Amino acid sequence: MSNAPLLQIENLHARLADDPSVEILRGIDLTIRPGEVHSIMGPNGSGKSTLAQLLAGKEDYEVTDGRILFMGQDVEDLGPDDRANMGMFLAFQYPVEVPGVSAMQFLKAAVNAKRAFAGEAEMDAGSLIRHFRAKAEQINVPFDMLKRNANEGFSGGERKRFEIYQMAVLDAQLGILDETDSGLDIDALRIVSEGVNSMRDGMRGFLLITHYQRLLEYIVPDFVHVLVNGKFVKSGGKELALELEQHGYAPFGVHEHAAIAPPAGASA
Amino acid sequence: MTTLDADRCACGCTDAPCFVDALRQLGRQRFDELGWPTRRDESWRYTDVSPIANTQWREPGDALPADVYPADVARFAIPDLDAVTLVFVDGVFRPELSDDASDLGAGVTCTLLPEAVRERASWLDGRIGTLTSETDDAFTAMSNARAGELGVVLHANAGARAAKPVRVLSIASDPTPVAAHPRHVIIAGKGAGVTFIEHSVCLADDAVSFTNAVTEVFADDGAKVEHYFLEQDSERAFNVSTLAIRQGASSDVHSHTILLGGRLVRNNVMPTLIGEDAHCLINGLYVGQGRQHLDNAMRVRHAAPNCRSRQHYKGIMNDRSRGVFTGRIIVDPVAQQTDAIQSNRNMLLSDDARINARPQLEIYADDVRCTHGCTTGRVDDELVFYFRSRGIPENVSRAMLIYAFAAEGFERMSLKPVRRLLAAEMIAKLPGAQGLSIELD
Repeated sequence: MSNAPLLQIENLHARLADDPSVEILRGIDLTIRPGEVHSIMGPNGSGKSTLAQLLAGKEDYEVTDGRILFMGQDVEDLGPDDRANMGMFLAFQYPVEVPGVSAMQFLKAAVNAKRAFAGEAEMDAGSLIRHFRAKAEQINVPFDMLKRNANEGFSGGERKRFEIYQMAVLDAQLGILDETDSGLDIDALRIVSEGVNSMRDGMRGFLLITHYQRLLEYIVPDFVHVLVNGKFVKSGGKELALELEQHGYAPFGVHEHAAIAPPAGASA
Repeated sequence: MTTLDADRCACGCTDAPCFVDALRQLGRQRFDELGWPTRRDESWRYTDVSPIANTQWREPGDALPADVYPADVARFAIPDLDAVTLVFVDGVFRPELSDDASDLGAGVTCTLLPEAVRERASWLDGRIGTLTSETDDAFTAMSNARAGELGVVLHANAGARAAKPVRVLSIASDPTPVAAHPRHVIIAGKGAGVTFIEHSVCLADDAVSFTNAVTEVFADDGAKVEHYFLEQDSERAFNVSTLAIRQGASSDVHSHTILLGGRLVRNNVMPTLIGEDAHCLINGLYVGQGRQHLDNAMRVRHAAPNCRSRQHYKGIMNDRSRGVFTGRIIVDPVAQQTDAIQSNRNMLLSDDARINARPQLEIYADDVRCTHGCTTGRVDDELVFYFRSRGIPENVSRAMLIYAFAAEGFERMSLKPVRRLLAAEMIAKLPGAQGLSIELD
């Protein structure tokens, strides 16, 4: 029971809902069990963020084949809110500014939505504040941040920290981090990573989506998958990330920035 | 056209025509020249007033007084607001339902307009009508023609501060159409401070009323005036409201307008800044549903140097409702160093809702800062996804986002009880917001 997969992705094919000719995911298989940290690495345009958003329930994509099981349940008919309330959490690459809603109001609504989903009564104000404070300490987030409108005027680092903070407040069982490292300096990266590591308890699972190996120095993964052109082209342990760091994605036929600086001798 | 037939001065003056009578005659003449506005009038391009023109309206007081009791008035209280409330039912003042207005503090007087015309002529002569007599608006002309009959005067001596707000509560109870032309006059002497609330409500959903209210505000040098217009008429009501303001040097006037009800509403706000360093805030929200038509016409005139004006209007339109915003800023040649900002933001909640927005800047001075911005959009899908990805159901996500959009303007209001009332009204209007609890500080 306790080792039943958190997430199972089977032969997943997906395309843009608006433009069915654009197939983005072309047969993904992935199983994440409790306690595991997986990383998906890939060049720009490989489908990394599509996979993250698709898992969270974004309606811009259409699954054409395969399926996604979360906690053993097919998520096809579950909206993003249902998936979240079951314990899935997507930390956004670009968290949006929420005008007029304070971080506190936002999280209060989220916590109570989760409790309603579980058939529980709303959390009283005192317990809620204690919970928010405890998590703020754990994730190293200034409590005053909660009084500001969510993400409004937040720096890049603050936004990412607030994402991790939300993940902790909502007690997510599966955290999907979509390029959380992008745009972060080393200090911010360290704080964010410590926050994630503080949640690793042998039960929660994490899926780290990243372009660069740097994040994985701070959050060490158990498995690394290389995504190119909508498919995993290689899977392995954490050493695979180092390999990518040294050789880039070239061994997988990807020449990033090729349009800007074609390799010498290349011909059209 | 029965409403202009009255030819004797309703103030009861028996001498030669009083100053009010002169205004009334002018109003009759002007209305005869103008006639009812049509869509060919630029100012009424998006608003068809023929339903008003084609209705046979009764005069206030033509029928027996409606059965309205203190419990009814209590329904429309603004909780926790300590105010002097004066109640009008179908255009008739109801003293037995109203508060005693005598404890507004030293130097502050609130009285009925006909009484003031008789007993406080020195306050009104040279004031009443001076902001409206040269109107090119037929409704204002009509109001001039009926001036002195109905309304409230709030007067503060120089330096006097009102101890509490005055609230005029207008209750429509009658399903047979009644037209009323209240004229309120607010006079804040030098350095004085007053707050005036016009609160328009209906006792029955089928109450048909036509309110053509004109409020003249005179903010003398250094005066502070806060004006609220809370419009919660029935969806069969017609409401044309005009707020005309004259601001002296270093005066500060805030106008807050919330349109929630009405079949056809026209809201005119027209401040003229005639003294240096005057500040003016025009804050508004219009929320339409069904087939409501909510038309807002702003005209801010800078007639002195170094003045600042701010217009922040927001619209939320659902179903087949239509919103109109016309924001005019006029900067006279003398008004150098003008700092004027206008913003109009609209949210459409359905495919059939519509907005017509037009900024109109007339700038005749060369050293000014005037900006305007206008947006119309829907609830942001990216934001809804963000909320849902945190477990918040879609309907609650949308309700929270719409509420947040609306509530931004509430924070500009000084009276927290009014903010709380509006928050509750907004939440009640939003589908899916039942579980929503948003505290206001």
